[in-house]
Amino acid sequence: MQFSPTDPFRDYAPGPYFCELTSQRADDQGTARSVQARIATIGLDALHARAAAAETELINLGITFTVYSEASAIDRILPFDCIPRVITANEWRTLEAGVKQRVAALNAFLHDIYHDARVVKDGIIPADLVFGNANYRPEMKDFPVRFGTYVHICGTDIVRDAQGRFMVLEDNARTPSGVSYVVENRHLMSRAFPDLMSGIRLRPVDDYGRRLLEAMTEIAPEGVDDPQVVLLSPGIYNSAYFEHVFLSREMGVPLVEGADLMVEDDRVWMRTTGGRRPVHTIYRRIGDDFLDPTVFRPDSMLGVPGLIGAWRRGNVTLANAVGTGVADDKAVYAYMPRIIRYYLDEDAILQNVETHICREPGGLAHTLANLENLVVKPVGESGGYGITIGPRATKAQIEAARAALIADPANWISQPVISLSVGPTLTDQGIRPRHLDLRPFAVTGRQTWVLPGGLTRVALKEGSLVVNSSQGGGSKDTWVLDDGAP
Amino acid sequence: MTRETPLLARYAEGLFWMARYLERVENLARLVDVTQNFEAPGREAESWFALVRINADEENYFKQGRTIDAEQVKHFYLLDAANPTSIPASLDAARTNARKLRPLISTEMWMQLNVFHRDMMAIAPDDLQGDRLSHICRLLKEGVQTHTGITEGTFFRDQGWFFYQLGRLIERADQTTRLLDIRYHILVPAVVDEERRVTELTQWGSVLRAAAGYHAFRRVAPPGFTPEDVVAFLLTDTAFPRSVALCVEQMEWLLGQLRSRYGLRGTVAALERVEELRAAILGRPVGRIIADGLHHFLDGVQRDLILLAAEIGTAFFRDWRPLAEAQSQAQSQSQSQAA
Repeated sequence: MQFSPTDPFRDYAPGPYFCELTSQRADDQGTARSVQARIATIGLDALHARAAAAETELINLGITFTVYSEASAIDRILPFDCIPRVITANEWRTLEAGVKQRVAALNAFLHDIYHDARVVKDGIIPADLVFGNANYRPEMKDFPVRFGTYVHICGTDIVRDAQGRFMVLEDNARTPSGVSYVVENRHLMSRAFPDLMSGIRLRPVDDYGRRLLEAMTEIAPEGVDDPQVVLLSPGIYNSAYFEHVFLSREMGVPLVEGADLMVEDDRVWMRTTGGRRPVHTIYRRIGDDFLDPTVFRPDSMLGVPGLIGAWRRGNVTLANAVGTGVADDKAVYAYMPRIIRYYLDEDAILQNVETHICREPGGLAHTLANLENLVVKPVGESGGYGITIGPRATKAQIEAARAALIADPANWISQPVISLSVGPTLTDQGIRPRHLDLRPFAVTGRQTWVLPGGLTRVALKEGSLVVNSSQGGGSKDTWVLDDGAP
Repeated sequence: MTRETPLLARYAEGLFWMARYLERVENLARLVDVTQNFEAPGREAESWFALVRINADEENYFKQGRTIDAEQVKHFYLLDAANPTSIPASLDAARTNARKLRPLISTEMWMQLNVFHRDMMAIAPDDLQGDRLSHICRLLKEGVQTHTGITEGTFFRDQGWFFYQLGRLIERADQTTRLLDIRYHILVPAVVDEERRVTELTQWGSVLRAAAGYHAFRRVAPPGFTPEDVVAFLLTDTAFPRSVALCVEQMEWLLGQLRSRYGLRGTVAALERVEELRAAILGRPVGRIIADGLHHFLDGVQRDLILLAAEIGTAFFRDWRPLAEAQSQAQSQSQSQAA
């Protein structure tokens, strides 16, 4: 390919990493070349100006998340990078099948551990990892859920190594967030950069709300004709409130807070101007612990007293089900390939990252001996907190990690550093490679549907591997090319 | 196609108060503007302090050690977010309600309010000096008017719209009574000599301008009009959008619609209040009202409006908050913050 002296891609060098735009892919339909050519036509200055305007629009629209520091609450946008991440049709077929497989295995696993626990009896996974898990909920034992679906909404974090292989980094089976940005990024892209997209056939992302509502309707208690679905949010001060607004609007259902709901005779009602109205499915965006102060945390102001009772009586469905946290635990994660094989009799379509479980003596020893080369993660945290990346850590950080490991080995796992793939990203220095990941979203009622693409998070800091929004991450529009085949 | 969807009580309350707070912002901007026009040389402090009296804010005003001073009054209403009746406090409350209502209101409504709020929160002391104050008042009015226009054109007209309109009209009627009351606090006393009479009419003209009713009034007023005609216009005209009578008439229609269209039975007590209000305003000639004491009469109307808002709150908003104590509702001029 020829570069003109002013071509913004002239200095772009992804180095040893797989590039999500420029690395050769047989079925990319010329998209990478055409996107690069169009960016060159627009020019860096115009690109910067348009990107700034696009971010202003995000602020004005209130497409923000709230960051709380000691004293103040600041509404921040998720920085938007205008150079898309491109997934080819074949790549997507693999990802989609892999995510569906994973969700099926997670649900089978949850059904099993809350019923006969064959997976434990057959020695596939240690008993204490399941029953000793803080997120294991005895209340779920023998409780029937419709279609055997526990994880109705799942976000699977996927990375890509230097060879371009997709690997699952973790499962998010509780209340994964980020899907609103997938849709809003696409809208923003078509408003601000229509000339980048025109003529390229992409799988649409607008269908999420309809699919979600369909699933929420399917899982409502049996015998309810026209079920009332609501989205339960902690309220306007929650950092993901915008997403809750987005989802309730896209589904066309009320966004309720705990105080809008009440339970009487084991039935859930919402308070309306015309009195009480029954509620049948609750897509809840609050954690298990906060759902019902009479069962879980008594100090919770977010939940609804009596909700768990109504749910146990089968009068209301909660999505996701209670107790799914045991399945997305980082230690259980290490067993996922075996869990997939055990329930589905298939090999995992998407590989796991090699994981050392520090609760096991071998895993601990290996981790302690190789701290400088490993990523050490706490099993229960999310949001990228508590992670030590060995090769990037200072001596003091390594020693702190070592002390934490020795003090409580069961709280940790370790993994080799993955050379995360990169995407060309607009920076003050021009277009530069930045590491990124992918979180596809799967919705499951009677069956599983995966939103084409997902959320691409990008670590905006040079060399950084941490893509979390709370730690300097941004996002990109994620294009899944449509080749016309199913 | 249309499926009757229930309205969360919390949303109804939010809509009612969002509209009220925004109407309050517009009217306060109008009052500030007219006060500036009344500012008589040598009597600035008293003119501005009338604003505090009109809003019955004396206690709160002096609590923070303020004195009767033009700059301090301006600060109190335009910059002091800690003053619950100030413009920044009202805008903040409106935006917080809008934030709760984002699932319901149009994206365009939210975006305009979000940006308007941000811009107006940036008002600095310098912006209150000289001709800039009038400019700020215009921006405030236009901001609310833009909101009103966007709402008219984009907000879905199911139940929620009726609660939104109720909040706006109750606040508007209340504000018009306060504007009328300005005579009691500022205007020169009525006297016979021609020069004073002209001065007084000029000042009433300013009141009409503040209510955006000057030209309409000239069209319908008798050639040799008197202050009584101005009061009658602002109080009882059935075509002027800010007249108390028109607001009350529309409230009655809205409550009736909530009852007949949406089957909300809790409207009975509120409708009775509206009936009483109408009787008070239209039941006797304006001349009699003035002779019996306009200030006293306006006080009564303001109290009735508070009671009306309380009836609506009790019937439709309170249910979702069972833990809240039954409040002394005669004082509910602002939204309860318990949640």
